[in-house]
Amino acid sequence: MVKRTLNEKLAILADAAKYDASCASSGGKRRDSKDGKGLGSSGGSGICHAYAPDGRCISLLKILMTNFCIYDCAYCVNRVSSRIERARLSVDEIVHLTVEFYRRNYIEGLFLSSGIIRSPDDTMADMVRVVRTLRERENFRGYVHLKTIPDAAPELVEEAGKWADRLSINVELPTEQALGTLAPEKSALTIRRAMADVRALREAAREKTFRGRRASTFAPAGQSTQMIVGADQATDAEILSTSSRLYASYKMGRVYYSAFSPIPDSSRSLPLIRPPLMREHRLYQADWLMRFYEFDSGEIAPASGMLDLDIDPKLAWALTHREMFPVDVNRASRELLLRVPGFGTRSVQRILEARRHRSIRYEDLVRIGCVMRHARPFISLPGWSPGHLPDDENLRARFAPPPVQQSLF
Amino acid sequence: MHHVRLPRIGTIAAWRSHARTLLGNGAAPEEVLWSVGEASADLFADDAPALPAPGATIRVPRSAVEAIETALCHRDGERFSHGYAALVGLHRRRLRWGDRSDSTIGRLLKLEKAVRRDIHKMHAFVRFREVGPVSPGRRAFAAWFEPDHHVVETAAPFFARRFGDMDWVIATPDLTAKFEGGNLSFEETRDRTPPPPDASEELWRTYFSSIFNPARLMVSAMTSEMPKKYWKNLPEADLIPGLIRAAPERARRMQEAMPSAPPSHVERMRFVRPAAESPDGDLSLQGMKPALDACRRCPLGQCATQAVAGEGPQDARLMIVGEQPGDTEDLAGRPFVGPAGKVLDQAMTDAGLDRDAVYLTNAVKHFKFEPRGKRRLHRRPDTGEVTACRWWLDFEVATVAPKLLVAMGSTAALALTGQGGSIEKRRGTIEHANSGQPVLLTWHPAYLLRIREPSVAAEARQRFVDDLARAKAIVGA
Repeated sequence: MVKRTLNEKLAILADAAKYDASCASSGGKRRDSKDGKGLGSSGGSGICHAYAPDGRCISLLKILMTNFCIYDCAYCVNRVSSRIERARLSVDEIVHLTVEFYRRNYIEGLFLSSGIIRSPDDTMADMVRVVRTLRERENFRGYVHLKTIPDAAPELVEEAGKWADRLSINVELPTEQALGTLAPEKSALTIRRAMADVRALREAAREKTFRGRRASTFAPAGQSTQMIVGADQATDAEILSTSSRLYASYKMGRVYYSAFSPIPDSSRSLPLIRPPLMREHRLYQADWLMRFYEFDSGEIAPASGMLDLDIDPKLAWALTHREMFPVDVNRASRELLLRVPGFGTRSVQRILEARRHRSIRYEDLVRIGCVMRHARPFISLPGWSPGHLPDDENLRARFAPPPVQQSLF
Repeated sequence: MHHVRLPRIGTIAAWRSHARTLLGNGAAPEEVLWSVGEASADLFADDAPALPAPGATIRVPRSAVEAIETALCHRDGERFSHGYAALVGLHRRRLRWGDRSDSTIGRLLKLEKAVRRDIHKMHAFVRFREVGPVSPGRRAFAAWFEPDHHVVETAAPFFARRFGDMDWVIATPDLTAKFEGGNLSFEETRDRTPPPPDASEELWRTYFSSIFNPARLMVSAMTSEMPKKYWKNLPEADLIPGLIRAAPERARRMQEAMPSAPPSHVERMRFVRPAAESPDGDLSLQGMKPALDACRRCPLGQCATQAVAGEGPQDARLMIVGEQPGDTEDLAGRPFVGPAGKVLDQAMTDAGLDRDAVYLTNAVKHFKFEPRGKRRLHRRPDTGEVTACRWWLDFEVATVAPKLLVAMGSTAALALTGQGGSIEKRRGTIEHANSGQPVLLTWHPAYLLRIREPSVAAEARQRFVDDLARAKAIVGA
């Protein structure tokens, strides 16, 4: 085989990494290089340094160490049975790319993942070596996210968490059954146990900071996971219930949803279906409702189990719970205000603050930054009464995009 | 009328000092004329007659001062007077900070927001190129960037914190930030030529085009966050039109390509997971855990992390049965290691029982919970789940064959005796298990943790210890 250049390997291994949705680089321990002895800073909110035409931000150098893999997951472009080109980057090459990209302000850090070569332990050990080299030899203080291999030995995971800011273990699919069918070499039990280990290690490594907050020195930016949407038959309700369990059980920072995307060289066992990208978007919105709006996973999706693709889940919920509305903006509780479509968490906070000083009028909501087009039918306050709107049968039609006639051809 | 001329470098610090003096002297906003002129901060004094130093302290919330000073970076020509008007209003309590319905504050917050976005975009889109070294032992980089507002001085410290071990220069149309040997300085821009491309840029362009997924083209999402005005200084941006053009065709080809047959060597390479022990084979206490993990007699197994099998010697004379694993046990895969386990451990010690000599297990082997935000709320297993899990408990009871069983709580009582219901009246009594062994009933240690009243808790705990001591006496351990 002809030896590939770094550029060629980068092309193959970045291409192979594009199906990982995570891009976050925020949170974690505050570090900087003001002392002049190292490179990089992190903590606080991350920065998106570029955007690709798929609308996704580029914040980290997201690559696979290798796309050789001994697993055969039907949804994955790198599965053992795929005929794609394979390549492997050495530890030094990954370190070089990370540092050179970082120095030019292209990235916030590294997101390293890998196919499984030889054994899960061998692969994980190589990945840990990359981060350790970055930290020890290059004095790199930027952000590092390591995709952890659930089958790797606990000692390796423990070492990974010492060097990396975030660890993630992909749950891959919403149900055990789907995982068994589409990723036969993976084990849901092993995945859950690895997540449990990360949580336990994080809790064991908490240190009291001078502000009295307890920050963990182990994977300070927490753990996250990713679920593929649309490769199996799971409904949105099942997906959200799995997510809520993941948040509660393992204190996930984030659950990422990745719409199953056509891949080059597909598998016979999983024909290329193309779920609407809007489904992924609605799931993220629903996830937000669970995390910041005090919605329960069970109440977001309608009885059909699938989220409405035409309108956002909060609006959809409000339309099916008309009896709760209109909400009196000057009197309603925080919980109720959070349920009003068009009111974000920040708007609600501002409403509560402003309310302490005087009664809020319609014009104030506009300045506060509420989306009035959505909120109007669901609120009442001086300067605005929704009249018959909350009971209007055609209310949904005011928000949904107009129906498109099916093409005859 | 006061005419204040601010320097072009150190503008905000100068504004602050002038504003403080003016405010202390009671100058109204409409009496002050602000302008930016001189290049450097040493021509500090203005033409107006010098004002005496302010007497009274100025009381304005820190967050307000920060927002005003951020807004002062805006290119709006009236920014200094807007800022001063807000400061005066806040100081005289005519304005309330955070009141968006006030036009002075509303206007200021709008400016502030635009500036913050501009600073953020500068942090994101500055692209360094390597140039010849300036100081020994430090690599040197340079960048050309065009912000919308006067943000260089406010935005530059971020780069100093991040790129502490290298020298760098960021030139913009008005000011240039320089970081040499660890010192940050500013000067007026003299050279407006962007630095030449360096070798790593090609790698970055490769990365940019490879990480893009043509099957999910969303151009508007890209341009809303990376507006075209920034493109001319981004080395990767000229790739974008070509990527967009080719995307539909690439996606179509992927979709149309038939699934391929796997290469012949695949079978040799494939990973084989060691099979879990089958529960139908020869089951032992030691080999029970994998079989339990795989148990799906009830739906709890899919939601919990793992099963928690019993722990203890096979010839134990005493077997203590609890309800189900909790949050800690579920993570660790071992029984009674959480808060209730600590209560049990202490009570056993007080009763003279050795944990290592007792077989400890639960009526239900998977944790049943309800997710609530970032916590799991314990939920009592229902009769169906207890019945489903009886298979395992019966196996443990039959294998260990203890002289006495202790049922802690009503779920354990239900599983062992077939009788659920309140434990309140039955505590301290001995009933019989389906298998015939005597069962001593007592409270679950988690119940002791829930009692608020200290005296009640102490008494309940004492009874619990007494029950365990009695169990010890019965088995003669």
